[in-house]
Amino acid sequence: MQSYVGLMTLSASVGGFRFGDMAVQLIAFIILLILLKKFAWGPLMNMMQKREEYVAGEIEAAEKSRLEAEQASKDAAAELLQVKQEAQKMIENAKNAGVKQEQDIIEAARKEAERIKVQAQADIQNEKEQAIQVLQAQVASLSVLIAGKVIEKEISEKDQEELINTFLKEVGEGR
Amino acid sequence: MNHEAPLLNDAFGISWLDFNLANVLMIIVSSVVVFVFCVWASRKLQMKPTGFQNFMEWLVEFVKGIVNDTMDWKTGKVFLPLGLTLLLYIFVSNMLGVMTNGVVGHDLWWKSPTADATLTLTLSATVIILTHFYGIKLQGSKHYFKTFVSPVPLMLPFKIIEEFTNTLTLGLRLFGNIYAGEVLLTLLVGMVMAGGLGVVGIIPMVVWQAFSTFIGAIQAYVFVMLTMVYMSHKVSSDH
Repeated sequence: MQSYVGLMTLSASVGGFRFGDMAVQLIAFIILLILLKKFAWGPLMNMMQKREEYVAGEIEAAEKSRLEAEQASKDAAAELLQVKQEAQKMIENAKNAGVKQEQDIIEAARKEAERIKVQAQADIQNEKEQAIQVLQAQVASLSVLIAGKVIEKEISEKDQEELINTFLKEVGEGR
Repeated sequence: MNHEAPLLNDAFGISWLDFNLANVLMIIVSSVVVFVFCVWASRKLQMKPTGFQNFMEWLVEFVKGIVNDTMDWKTGKVFLPLGLTLLLYIFVSNMLGVMTNGVVGHDLWWKSPTADATLTLTLSATVIILTHFYGIKLQGSKHYFKTFVSPVPLMLPFKIIEEFTNTLTLGLRLFGNIYAGEVLLTLLVGMVMAGGLGVVGIIPMVVWQAFSTFIGAIQAYVFVMLTMVYMSHKVSSDH
């Protein structure tokens, strides 16, 4: 302890060892410390703390929005896929409907044609029969007329009567 | 080098109260410079720092780094303002003496306050007393006294001596560096002022001023660094 005080005295003697200076230094330093803490370091560190928190918050928010965007893009992709599938389905349906309609039309046309054909055939048959009937009738009267003209000179009234009767009989049997 | 100090002995009629008025002046000047600079530099704090706010934040980060090197941040947070104030005060003090030395009459008025052993020892003693204070406050008096007798009670005298040597080395290292710088500067200035061939002395003077600036910065850093080391010895539980 003695040597320590000795050293202190020795060292301090270089600049002089005064309690007044010590007191001034100590007080000045403490005042400086308090003032700076209040006016400089305090606000400064507060601001740095605030910035740190702000940056952390921003990073968190960015991370969050990134996740959200990812989710949204995933959703959109899924929706797009679904829409595509739906469109595909609709096209297929339309195609099927078209094919069916085509077949229906063809079928209907064929039926119509068939019906018209049958009708025409029936008409033709009808006409033919009518024509035959008319022809038959005419042939009968004509032949009678011709026969009458031929026979008029050769056969008697009596013979004629007989002949007509026979003819009529024949015609009646023929019918 | 035969400048005198403007002494005021037996101030207010108290026999042991002596002042070196140059010291008093320079302490106040340094403190005011540091205070004005800091308040000015951190007057408009913004989220996006510009200009001097960047510098101040760099300083805070720098001292934070020193604290982090020696102890964990939870206990070291308290010492950040102390470290910052010490760093700036000592640096500005050192620089004041490097840039200018003012002599009025035969008295050396303008110099580094840190070129006076009384003042540096006051600072170092303040720091060491603070380490004891925080050692007791943060670790409890039981743990505090236990550090003196661990690992073996035989260490007790050495531990006690260590506290005083720490104070001495911390203060005298700063004082020695700055004082030596000022002595050499004064010699060089005297050489230049002598005229004639002495004017050549302006070249080593510029070199020495540059070196003194460097030394001044380094010593401020070392002082803060050692403060934190001593502090960590007292407040960290693993010691």
